[in-house]
Amino acid sequence: MDWLGVYYYWAFAALLMIGFYAVIAKSNLIKKLIGLSMFQSAVFLLYITMGKIDDGTAPIYHEGISQQIFSNPLPQVLILTAIVVGISTVALGLGIIVRIQEEYGSIEEHEILGIDER
Amino acid sequence: MTVFFGVFLLTLLLIVAIAIVRADNLFVAVMLGGIFSLLMATIFFLLDAPDVALTEAAVGAGISTVLYLAALALTAEREKRHTVHQIKALVVVTTTALLVIFATFDNVQFGDPTAPVHVHVGPWYLENTQRYMDIPNVVTAILGSFRGYDTLGELFVVFTAGIGVLFLLGTRPKKDTEAAETLIPQQSETSEGLRNYLIPRLTGRLLVPIILLFGLYVQFHGEYSPGGGFQAGAIIAAGIILYALLEGETAALRVVPQWMLMALMAGGALLYGMVGVVGMLLGGQFLDYSVLADNPVTGQQLGILLIELGVGMTVSGVLLSIFHAFAARDKY
Repeated sequence: MDWLGVYYYWAFAALLMIGFYAVIAKSNLIKKLIGLSMFQSAVFLLYITMGKIDDGTAPIYHEGISQQIFSNPLPQVLILTAIVVGISTVALGLGIIVRIQEEYGSIEEHEILGIDER
Repeated sequence: MTVFFGVFLLTLLLIVAIAIVRADNLFVAVMLGGIFSLLMATIFFLLDAPDVALTEAAVGAGISTVLYLAALALTAEREKRHTVHQIKALVVVTTTALLVIFATFDNVQFGDPTAPVHVHVGPWYLENTQRYMDIPNVVTAILGSFRGYDTLGELFVVFTAGIGVLFLLGTRPKKDTEAAETLIPQQSETSEGLRNYLIPRLTGRLLVPIILLFGLYVQFHGEYSPGGGFQAGAIIAAGIILYALLEGETAALRVVPQWMLMALMAGGALLYGMVGVVGMLLGGQFLDYSVLADNPVTGQQLGILLIELGVGMTVSGVLLSIFHAFAARDKY
């Protein structure tokens, strides 16, 4: 059992759940969004961890060097685009939060629900 | 050795993550978020993913911090202490975490070359990139050509998110419209940004051109070294955002006006799609670049260069438009 290697998966699990905790337990909408993007980062970490090969190197060919072991490039491509999509969707979420603040005067979930019930 | 270093960084990452969730002051949480992203980028680099590390550093530590701060300026900086179902949430989170950790004992070992993920389509890409397009960076080859459909889809998601933000924040709030027209803006252009602060302004002025040059290098050297349209778009946007923070938003809009941002946003996505359509007109399939030149390999290289340019244009246009949408909201 390679404990040190398994640690990457544990960190993924912990990070995933720290983010999820912020989403379900915090009332502030911006904090929820931060938690959501942390959750997303944990998934990125899992993908990149799975793409790693022992003694591997970045999947870029160099002239004159052959017989290299390359780590798997496919998860990297998926995550590379996902990061940029992630920031765009976070910006959309922040835009919605700003509009909520303007209409309700608050970004705390319990206060917004209270206003809605009135 | 690198594994130990990885463990150290991961532990640091978890500590920062807990600190972010616990921070009452959202400003502190956002600043720690920048550190979180930098640590994440370093870990990606350790895991042989320099392309991803570059993206994470530019997007996570640079642009997302600025966007969060802009949103904080429009809302509230302090979080009110009100935790709903704290105990229940803790129980759910801990149970799930333990379940996932339990599952890791059955998971494939870290770095195992015989893991399912490494015996599927991945090796095929590594073996055939040289034959089909002859560019050293396999990540760029997959992104641009082998999985060009995915990238086109992702680009449209970025484009749509940008349009969404402009729809949400592009209009003025109703109640202030009349007041805003009669009021003279309190801030004149000369006091915008950090104009009155000598040291940040001087260092910033030195940095902006270097950042932009590096962005262009990352854009056009993406086939040979880590880089490409997504990273370059984020870096160039970050450079211009820095200029806007230093010299004020009006000055930045004079350099890159609104119509140019719109043209970049739409033009990049259009360029990407057009490359695909031109391929069809020349007798190939959609997004098949081999027909773009006499030699299929040259055609592939040309295609990848063009679509990366499209990606870079749209990403920088969208990120800058989003920034300006938030910044302009501040004035009302």
